[in-house]
Amino acid sequence: MPTFFKMHQRRLAPWLFLAPGALFFLFYVIAPIFESMALSLYDWDGLGEATWIGFGNYVELIGDEAFYISLKNNVLWLVLYMLAIPFGLMIAIFLNQTVWGIRAYKSLFFFPFVISQVVVGLMFSWFYAPNFGLLYTIIEAITGQGVAILADERYVTYGIIAAGLWPQIAYVMILYLTGLNNVAPDQIEAARLDGAKGWKMLWYVILPQLRPATFIAVVVTVIGALRSFDLVSIMTDGGPYGSSRVLSFYMYEQALSEYGYRMGYGAAIAVVLFAIMMVFITGFIWKMWRDEKDH
Amino acid sequence: MVHKMLGGAALAVAVLMSGSAMAEKRTLVFNTDTSDPAPKAAMEELITLFEAENPDVDVVVNMFDHEGYKTAIRNFLTADAPDVANWYAGNRMAPFVKAGQFTDVSDVWAANGLTDKLSSSLGSMTIDGKQWGVPYTYYQWGIYYNKDLYKKVGVEVPKTWDEFIANCAKFKAAGIDCVTTGSKALWPIAGIFDYLNLRTNGYDFHMQLTNGEVPWTDDRVKATFKEWEKLVGPGYMTANHAALEWQDAAALMVQGKAANYVMGNFAVAVFKDGGMTNDSLGFMVFPEITPGLPKAEEAPTDTFHIPVGAKNVADAKKFLAFAARADVQTALNKTLGQLPVNKESSVDANDPFLTAGFETVSGAAGVAQFFDRDAPAEMAKAGMEGFQEFTIKPDRLDAILERLEKMRQRVYK
Repeated sequence: MPTFFKMHQRRLAPWLFLAPGALFFLFYVIAPIFESMALSLYDWDGLGEATWIGFGNYVELIGDEAFYISLKNNVLWLVLYMLAIPFGLMIAIFLNQTVWGIRAYKSLFFFPFVISQVVVGLMFSWFYAPNFGLLYTIIEAITGQGVAILADERYVTYGIIAAGLWPQIAYVMILYLTGLNNVAPDQIEAARLDGAKGWKMLWYVILPQLRPATFIAVVVTVIGALRSFDLVSIMTDGGPYGSSRVLSFYMYEQALSEYGYRMGYGAAIAVVLFAIMMVFITGFIWKMWRDEKDH
Repeated sequence: MVHKMLGGAALAVAVLMSGSAMAEKRTLVFNTDTSDPAPKAAMEELITLFEAENPDVDVVVNMFDHEGYKTAIRNFLTADAPDVANWYAGNRMAPFVKAGQFTDVSDVWAANGLTDKLSSSLGSMTIDGKQWGVPYTYYQWGIYYNKDLYKKVGVEVPKTWDEFIANCAKFKAAGIDCVTTGSKALWPIAGIFDYLNLRTNGYDFHMQLTNGEVPWTDDRVKATFKEWEKLVGPGYMTANHAALEWQDAAALMVQGKAANYVMGNFAVAVFKDGGMTNDSLGFMVFPEITPGLPKAEEAPTDTFHIPVGAKNVADAKKFLAFAARADVQTALNKTLGQLPVNKESSVDANDPFLTAGFETVSGAAGVAQFFDRDAPAEMAKAGMEGFQEFTIKPDRLDAILERLEKMRQRVYK
């Protein structure tokens, strides 16, 4: 008599293979999301008793100046981080040629993505550092008055985003380089016979073939922008006076840093950040699902 | 869930203990953040001395990184408590005392006459009429200055704030920053505020303010900022201090680009590493602002505590009593380069900074712990950000004080 498993083997097997991953995902990703949501309704210092305060944390968020600064900075990150895509494409096209030693060049351009974000942050802080930093001394030599990027609330976020763009451009470049390998040479040949060149060639022939690469580049850049934390933490610690905070850093500061331990409030910030991410994630998933269906 | 974790930890410790029982020694687990060279050497010395006197006790040290410890302590107190942990006096220990994580050690104080010997710290170690730990060291704050620059510009060491500001004008004219600081990590800026407030309004007012009993929009607070404005307005403070670490600012003073630095005594080692000597580095007590006001000082105190989850409480109390003894504190603080709390101890007479500090703090009208230890954590953070913002955008003072007042009403409920 065939067992239950044998009878349904074909339908059960995929689920069995998925089970380990799915269980971990459930345990370490899905469950904590709901736990954070629940936690955001409490006032808790991480040690004593947690008190239920309903939507108190969210009400406080609405009146919290620091929250709006972080939100504004997050938007700046999202918008400016997108610059990585055209720049990455530009460098990729530039490097996509067969010259002696091009591989060495490619790996040099890829270098910033390989080193840790912490190192990138440190290098840029020295670059910007007042009195001895390269950029500071250059500006001082030209204008007579140095600008300490990281001490000025007007420039600090741009300074950090610039540091973040450096490795991000390298990442996008690699995505496009692999994409360019797959561009069909016969189509380029055909386009050339039809008299296409320059911008027209790029826009009508190359770019459409790079669409999968562009999609991935947008996804990783959006995610990279929203989870920006390490650079802020390394370069300014949110300063001067909190003007370079982003939501993820503010959440950390409120919940886990030396002066924080407001677990509920931190969780509320995390939920807001999650909601923002959800908008993009839903968009991406919807697009992927639609593409799958078309094929 | 916490209980389950405690159970697991206890089991693990029990297994470990059964191993060490073979050596017939009791273990005393000691968690500390003294990872910097001098504190590390001092702790090693303290432990060697303790083990020599108590040969049946084996002290097991878990050394943490100084910054990481501030987070780690919250985890290990509940999950895997040591027998002794070091921490700080004043409001910094309040959350752990209130959450029932520190053991009441009033009996150690009573049995060893510590209320008298450690009288200067009695106030900062007492919550609800009980003592929750033993202080082993503190250090003075004040103004460290570059003697060579004073000679170069031709000014005298000031006695009053007005003289200090007058000197600043001359330093400024010579292209030297009168007061330097590096406020990237925020706390250095609080030293300036604390002293301005202590000298303008006195110790009691400062304590009321950090305890949340006075609104930040009070006129007396504004008076303090008016004194600060005298530094900020004409640009007597180092520009860009928000992007500097405190060590970067120390370098400015070593290089002769800045004249004065409101700092703690631990900075002396950095100044001397940079090439300054007792001939070129000076220390002065923060000058008088309100005439006739008794001078209070800042002296942040480091302490030992026994967590409630400690397994070897008897030896832990022995350790605390040992660390409070005059001769032990003398030896310990000699290595640390700081001031002993026990008033029967002594300091190295050859060190002008320690001698001056010991005199100053013993004669102080009150000992403040530093802004981020006197005020609760959240208030401290908001306050220090406010101070930093004020020194960069002084015209925003009213908005800053409004914000701090809003914070005060939420934090001290």
